[in-house]
Formats: sequence, C-alpha cells, structure tokens
Amino acid sequence: MLRFLVNRILQGCVLILIVSMIGFAVINLAPGGPLSQYAMTPGMSQADLDRIAHQMGLDRPLPVQYLDWLGNMLTGDWGRSYRDQSPVLDVVWRHLGATLLLMGTSTAIAIALGTMVGVLGALKRYSIFDYMATVGAMIALSIPTFWFGLVAIFIFSLELGWLPAGSMYTVGDQSLGDYLIHLIMPSLVLALVNVAIWSRYMRTATLDVMHQDFVRTARAKGLPRWRIVSAHIVRNALIPMITLAGLQLPTIIGGALVTETVFTWPGLGRLFIDSLGYNDYPVIMGLLMFSAILTVIGNFLADIGVAFADPRIRLG
Amino acid sequence: MKKTPLKPFDPKSPMTHPSRRGFLGMTMIAAAGLGLGGFPRGAKAQASGQVIVGISQEPTVFNPHLLHIEVDEGIHWAIFDPLFSVEPDGTFAPRLVTEVPTVENGGVSADGTEWRIRLKEGVTWHDGTPLTAEDVKFTLELQKDENFRAARRTGHELIEEITVVSDTELTWKMSSAFAPYMAILSWTFIIPKHAFGEGVDPNEAPFNQSPIGTGPYKWDSRAPGDNIQLVANPDYYGDGASIERVVVKYVPDLTVLYTQFRTGEIDVIALQGISPDHYAEATALPGKEVVLVPVGTVETLSLNLANPVLADKAVRQALYLGVDKQTVIDALYYGLPTATETYMPQQSFYYDDTLPTHVYDPEEGKAILEAAGWVPGSDGIRVKDGQRLSFVCSTTAGNHVREQLQQFLQQSWLDMGIEMEIANLPPAVMWSDHWMQSQFDMAVAGIIFLTGPDPDTTDYFHTNAINAQGGAGQNTFQFSDPRVDELLIEGATTVSPEARKPIYAEIQQTIREELPFLPLFQRNEVRGHAEALQGYEPNINVRITFWNMQDWSWA
Repeated sequence: MLRFLVNRILQGCVLILIVSMIGFAVINLAPGGPLSQYAMTPGMSQADLDRIAHQMGLDRPLPVQYLDWLGNMLTGDWGRSYRDQSPVLDVVWRHLGATLLLMGTSTAIAIALGTMVGVLGALKRYSIFDYMATVGAMIALSIPTFWFGLVAIFIFSLELGWLPAGSMYTVGDQSLGDYLIHLIMPSLVLALVNVAIWSRYMRTATLDVMHQDFVRTARAKGLPRWRIVSAHIVRNALIPMITLAGLQLPTIIGGALVTETVFTWPGLGRLFIDSLGYNDYPVIMGLLMFSAILTVIGNFLADIGVAFADPRIRLG
Repeated sequence: MKKTPLKPFDPKSPMTHPSRRGFLGMTMIAAAGLGLGGFPRGAKAQASGQVIVGISQEPTVFNPHLLHIEVDEGIHWAIFDPLFSVEPDGTFAPRLVTEVPTVENGGVSADGTEWRIRLKEGVTWHDGTPLTAEDVKFTLELQKDENFRAARRTGHELIEEITVVSDTELTWKMSSAFAPYMAILSWTFIIPKHAFGEGVDPNEAPFNQSPIGTGPYKWDSRAPGDNIQLVANPDYYGDGASIERVVVKYVPDLTVLYTQFRTGEIDVIALQGISPDHYAEATALPGKEVVLVPVGTVETLSLNLANPVLADKAVRQALYLGVDKQTVIDALYYGLPTATETYMPQQSFYYDDTLPTHVYDPEEGKAILEAAGWVPGSDGIRVKDGQRLSFVCSTTAGNHVREQLQQFLQQSWLDMGIEMEIANLPPAVMWSDHWMQSQFDMAVAGIIFLTGPDPDTTDYFHTNAINAQGGAGQNTFQFSDPRVDELLIEGATTVSPEARKPIYAEIQQTIREELPFLPLFQRNEVRGHAEALQGYEPNINVRITFWNMQDWSWA
C-alpha cells in the first residue's frame, strides 16, 4: 500500500511538471501577448508597450521565464494576475465558491437522476421509457449546453418571468432563498448533460451486473425484486461509477466554461475564459496547474475508493 | 420609449470655443457656482437609492495609472478626481483646483513651460486624510518611476522639477511647451501619497485593490467576476452624489446583457451598449430610454503605404471611390454610424467641415486607374509594370459585421478590376506585431486618434512614429510627409486653440488628400437606461459613457 502511494505521488508530480512545461510553452508561443490588447488604447505607442513589457519581464528568454515561474511556484508563489495585480491563488480562491456551489448542485442532481434513469432503463430494457431516455440522452449530449441555457432564459425569464436571467444573487438581497432561485436554472441546465452521461454509463453497468451469476442466485433463492435491485444490482453497478466520479472531479472545479458566461455566474469557468481573452498568463497557468493537480488527485481517489468499495481489488 | 436627440453641435456657442478668455470666464462662473450654489457643507441632501450599471467587460484595475482598459475608467471617474476635468463641450472645469491654469490667470507661463496649481482648501481623502500638494507631486512623479508600470508617460516625461510651495500650492517646470498636456492632465487622477508607504511596490500596493480617492463615490466592495459596489461619499467637496449606491455589474455576454436590461435586472446598459441589431427593438421598450452616443472611434480601412500597390495614390483614390459608404452604413450598421472624412471627431472644436465629401463613383475610380497606367490583365485584374492590383485585407476574426463589410468591398472592387483577399486574425495576433509593425496591406480598424479633447496626433502621423522604420508610436500607415511633421510639432507647442485650429485643419486636408486610410464613419454607441434615471450625459472627450455618476438621480 505504501509503495503504491509513493509511486502514484511521484508519477503525479512528473505528470504535473510535464503539463506545466507544455502549457507554458503553448501559451507563450501563441502569437500576440498580454500587451497586444492595449495597442488600440488611444495614445498608446510602441515605446510605452516596450517599456511595460520590460518592466513585466516579458522580454526575457522563455526558458528563463519558465524557470522563474517554476521556482516561485514551488515556494507557493503562483505569481500575480496581469489583469488585477492580485496573487493568482487569491484570484482562484475568490471564484472557487461560486463554481463549487453551481457544479456541486448540478452534479448532485445529475448523479441522483442519472442513476435512477440508468437503472430503470436497464431493468425495463427496450421499453418506451428506455427508448425515450436513450433518445433524450443523445439530444442532451449533442446540443451545446449554452443553447439550452439561452432557450431556458428566453422561456423562463423573458416570456414567463418566473426566474432571474442569470447572476448568482440579487445585489442587496443575498438571502438563502435568493441564492436558490438563482441556482435553479443554471444547475438544471448543466445537470441535463451530466444526467445524460451518467444515465448511459449506469444503464450499461446495470446491464452487466444483471446477468451475473450472483444475481441469478439471488433471484433463485427467492429474494424480493426490490432487494435484488437495491442490494445486489445497483450496489455493484455503482463501482465503475466511482471511477467516473473521480474523473469528473476536475470538471466540477473547472466549471462550466460557456454556461457560466450565459448565466453570468462568477465562477472559475468564466475566470478561465476571461483570462484567456486578456492573455493573463499567470492566471491561465494557475488554473491549468489547478486542474492538472485535481485530475491526478481525482484519479488517485477513485482508485482508492474502488478498492475500498470492492474488496476483490487490491492495490499494490 | 422615447428617443432623446442629442443637442446638436453648435459651432457658435461660446462653450465650444475654448478661447483663453472663455476659459477664464467659465472658470470664474464655475468657481462662483461652487461657492454660492449647491448645498452648504454639512447640509447636503442625503443620498439614497441604488443604480445597477451593466457592462460587458470586467473592471479590474483600480489604480488609474496602471495599464488598464476603458471600462476601468468608469470606476476611476467615480472614486477619483483629476485636477480639472474635461466637459462634454471640450472645455475644462476645475475639480481639485480653484481655477483651471491658463496664461491669463498666471497658471501657465507665456512660453508654456512653467505651471502653477492651486488646490481647493479642505478636500479630504475617503479615509479622512487631507489632500495636499504632496499628493499631486507624488502622482505626477509616479508616472516617471522606473519600476512603475505606468500606462503612459507622454507629457509627464517633460516635467523637470516639482516644487511644493504650500499644502495647497505647487509649481513645476517643463523642458518644453506641450499643448496636449492640458488634455492629459484632465485624464490624470490624483492618488494619495500616504497609501504608498516606503518600500511598497506601487505595482502591488494594497491600494490597487481597495482604492482611496477624493471623488463623489467611495469604494465599498468587489465580488470578482460579478460586481463592484460604490457608496456615495458624504464628505465630497462638491455637490456630491444623489444616488447612494452604485452597483457596476459585469455581464460578459452582450445578448444576456441586453436581456437583463429588458427584464429590468440592470438599470443602465453602459459599455458595449446595445448591439445595432437590437437598436430598433430597444427604442420601443416601455420604460426605457435609448440614446445614440457619438464616440471618438473612427472606423477606417487602414492602408500600409509601404505596400507597392497601395503606395500609389491613384489606387487609394480609386479604392475610396469604389466604396458605397452609405449602403455599408445603412445595410450593415443599421444606419447608426455617422459618415466622416477625417480622423477628427465631428464634435471637436478642431473638426474641419470643409473637407471634400466622399462620393461613390466606381466609373471615376476606373478612369483614375486607367490614367495611372493600371490596365486589366488576362484575368480581369489590373496590372501595371508587372504588378497585379491585388492586396490582402485583415481584421479581427469573428467580428461578423466587419467580415460582411470585407465581402461587400471585395465584390465592389472586383468589378473595378481590383483583387482583395481576406485573411482575418484572432485579436491578440491582429493587434500585436501584425498591426504595430505594419505587416498588413489593408486593415479594418476602429481607431481613437485623439487623447481627450486635444487634436494632437503626432503618434499616428509623424514620420518618427513609424514602428516598422524604427520609430516609436502608432503610425502603422507608414505615412510620411515633411509638411505634416512640421505642422504636428507646431501644433503641439502652440497653446492658443485659435492658433492651433488652422494647423490641424491643414493636417486634416492633407490626410484626406493622401488617404493613408479610407475613413468610413465615426461610431455611435447605443446606450440605454431606465426612463426614470436622469442626468446621464455623454462625453466624447472621455473614454467611458458612465463618467458622471455623481450627476445621476432617480426621478
């Protein structure tokens, strides 16, 4: 177990280092730079741009910039945002809460609904419900989420006036009820896609388990149907779902890039898009590292979780 | 519901003629107004209520002297004061000073190199500390600080020596007269020296995230990625704000921004405003007022004069004759922009209205090309000395209206035997070396040529401002004309607006004649607000439409 842990941690570190190198190179090799957006500022001259690039250290060779960044990173200094001059970790931290709230809610909804739909679809395979769930999932997966978002805003905000057209809260209200009302539309829209993914996986996993020997045995010894389903089929079918949940951890944190923009949700996804737009290299690198680390941790947790849930699996 | 026509520009109004005597007179009126009008100190009307301003870019830079984007200046105007501000008519009005410095009142020496500033008594920072001349000195000197990432140093660089005479008076010398410095100062917000202690890196000072100013609004809070809240400053030296709380809300998507304006979740749709395709619908919204606001941006077809084809003046003239400008404005831009012949905003005192008006005449264009020796080749594209009349046009990829414009021009010009290829680039690529180092042939570019109300355009038209030839400016056209160079220097060192006017008229005539860019139109922004909100005034001399929030009130 200990060897497994040490191995995985070392592997993870190497992986993250490689990701950081590739990320840094790609961001910096793209033409343009953090200052190009200021070129059209009235009165901006090449002399000013050159001076500021020098002051920011952008005129140094790329490997020097990378080593500088890496050295600071290892001592916990993730650099400062070009856009608002505050430390990258602060910037990320300030957007984390909004994303956790939105993605946490929508993932919870997605897992609950997705599991139900998946299991029911498998138990009543080739029924009307199963076909409808399959077709529905295909539609949800193939149409972009932001489109659903815009349609939902049109129907529920503009036409019916039931729900606010975005934002996380009403300025000046910020009660629990206010947050919940604002949460309904974006979390359901986001959940839609995840319900689709989750239900497809769950359906397949359930079908796998349904034809196992121990299910037949359970049925043969006369267990009630609900008990077979809940204690034997679903519990076993959920094991591969742990891996899926682990893989989804970084997406939970990464936020819903476009959906957050449509719903004016101040989370990490929008921070990422804004930072890309402004070529805010330190924040882009910070978010990249953040999601790389989470991917590694998510996989790691999934492996451990599966081992705990399924005694047949031994780590080592 | 109702469309408010903007007050037409009146060339005879004394307010638009900032003569030196006019300056003095207006300064006195303004000073008297501050003394007599308004509420006496301590008996100010209580500010109340809240207004939500929606914008499509997020303000993140609150130190007004760091490199920033235009939306940040909306916050700067609320929190800070310049020494004097520039009003919508182009005149200057005192803010922190008792009077706007002029030659007549002794504020500026006759040769323009010695300045004296007198501050108002009793102005305090939001933290209660009194404003002193030391703060002004600190602000001006910070621009030249080697480590400070000042957005611009133009003008400030010329200051040689600042002397603090007393708490409310300071003087400085400049190495040479520089007329645009008045306009630059009107955009230079004074910041508190005491917020930057010894050894504090001015780029990373806590002040930059929780600014302290002297302005009508105080910093309250910021929810990053969402909103910024400001509260009225009860101790403001002027009349102060009548709306207690301002919420500046960031809504990145323009469609959503417009939707939230419709549903009433935001009261004012400010920066980027309403997109032209929504304009007609917006004017019919109940309870909303929609206004066209002229801005200083001129949409150009910028030409690179180093390109062998575009270097030929006949080609440039023929291209301009082949642009069906009115159709472009009406069909692609819903008739909103104003056709123009120059880089100078039409609201400017220096605007030359005698420039020849563009006509759409492709036949005349063809005749000019024939006369210049450009004759159709085997493929229908004109040729001269083995050179095909062909070039590439680029702009920001993803800007659909501009892409349609390009296709329209491509077709129009092809009928004249001119070949234009389209190669658009992402913004970060388009406006970096491709633009600054003149690597384009033709570029569709919206350019603000002026700094505030000042007509100086040395950075755009002087030979020394061609980056591609080792200069340092933004003369990406590579335009070079010894007479214009002379005029630009003369204009920048001449103080009197009357004396400067003919200088800039001649420059505009030369530019119109030489066509380093084909001027299409001056932009109008579509701005909207709740009908009950009053006092929302546009100002072409500042970069942002929500610059005067202290004058807003709810009916």
